[in-house]
Amino acid sequence: MTLMTKAGVEALRVAPEAIEEAAKLLYIRALKILPDDIKQGFARLDAGETDGTAKAILATMIENIGVAERTDNLLCQDTGIPIFNVTIGRNVELDGWALKQGIRRGTERATREHPLRSSVVHPITRKNEHTSCGAHVPVINLDFCEEDRVLRLEMIPKGSGSENGSFLQMLIPADGMAGVKRFVVDAAMKAGGKVCPPTIMGVGVGGTSDLCMHLAKVAATRPLGSRCADEEGAKLEAALSEAVNSLGIGPQGLGGDSTAFAVHVEVAATHITMNPVAVNIQCHSARRASATFTPDGVAIGF
Amino acid sequence: MPCTEADIRKLRIGDTVTLQDTLFGIRDATQIHMFDHGRRTRFDLKGHAVIHTAPNVRKVDKRGTNDSGYEAICVGTTTSDRMERFTRPLMEREGVRIVIGKGGLREGSLDAFRELGGVYLAIIGGTAALETTWIEAIEDVDLDDLNPESLWRFRIKDFGPLLVAMDSHGGSLYAAVQKSVEDRRAAALAKLGVA
Repeated sequence: MTLMTKAGVEALRVAPEAIEEAAKLLYIRALKILPDDIKQGFARLDAGETDGTAKAILATMIENIGVAERTDNLLCQDTGIPIFNVTIGRNVELDGWALKQGIRRGTERATREHPLRSSVVHPITRKNEHTSCGAHVPVINLDFCEEDRVLRLEMIPKGSGSENGSFLQMLIPADGMAGVKRFVVDAAMKAGGKVCPPTIMGVGVGGTSDLCMHLAKVAATRPLGSRCADEEGAKLEAALSEAVNSLGIGPQGLGGDSTAFAVHVEVAATHITMNPVAVNIQCHSARRASATFTPDGVAIGF
Repeated sequence: MPCTEADIRKLRIGDTVTLQDTLFGIRDATQIHMFDHGRRTRFDLKGHAVIHTAPNVRKVDKRGTNDSGYEAICVGTTTSDRMERFTRPLMEREGVRIVIGKGGLREGSLDAFRELGGVYLAIIGGTAALETTWIEAIEDVDLDDLNPESLWRFRIKDFGPLLVAMDSHGGSLYAAVQKSVEDRRAAALAKLGVA
């Protein structure tokens, strides 16, 4: 048994204080500046929209992005449930507990110091601690990547209007892909205008029940223009995007062509007796921000 | 604001409206406490508009009697559907005439609007930075133990344009869109190769 650090290469070490600062900065930044891919998504929808009301709504949404940047204000009042996706590369040394505490403290500080509306309550008493934190919140997802000496922290403030548009069905093999497709179309219809369309509709296919819903969330928060790595999943997301946008739900559910920027699909292997499908939706204020730590320093982006 | 039943009855779906002076902010917890737990507000909501919101605010020193001690940072609008069952009591007990929200309300609210004289005005969800520029001040706040889901009294200027999406004559843009979406479902599924 030897230590895993490569001989002769200094491991990347990130201080908990740097994680705390980044968590605070990312939460506030995500709430104020939309990623470029989402801005381009608006331009694309606006160019293709044929309904007059829908076009006017899209124009107001685009105007709001500019107002938020000019006035240094939040895009949407919903500060969401804070989610942090941590991706750890190779040759990174980390105190996991300190990382978790740093994320929590950064979230609390953003809430108190900006200040932000704490949208987080105890699920039974409904008590709001005004910290945006609580049991298991912020949500922290951990994953690993092959890159050397890289630590990536992605922040997603997940709004409730779209999160309430979440659906899971444990379909069976005999339901086939037909059942999956029908489920997604019907989920879009049930969600209607309540999820603040145009949306990114995330679809999870396969896995276990919890993994399936997690895949749907990953899909819903993926940048526009990205494609499912699985070839069959990529074909499915293209077909579903076209289908959902043929329904005419439109921006805010008031009719039009622009129901979803895209439908994104993520897949996982599943059991021979299972065929699970989940839908998780991201609203048009598809907010995210990221910090990438390398030996050269920290880069802030989306 | 406030307005009369006659003012409301003149409005039809598709019209646009811009509001002035006073607007009340209300949300899930506010209405659960008012109508399920029997709490009363000291505010007179008769003839007024309520908006489904819980704002981002900053505590500040009170500067006068017409000052809540809060400054608005970001005021936006939440999904109305969750508060569907409170439309009728809001109108019957409190005299509210206008509900502002996003995503629409259902048949029960449409019935209340028709019987009692009310409208639903659609604001564009997720455009809170813009909406905040229409808010001049937070004049007062009640039921503030529910913060941020307190009952807020905003002073507004040129709040809109807002779209009349449900009127007092049985008209609902949401119902019309829903009908059309249901009609398109079969074609969408057929294109996906689903019977």
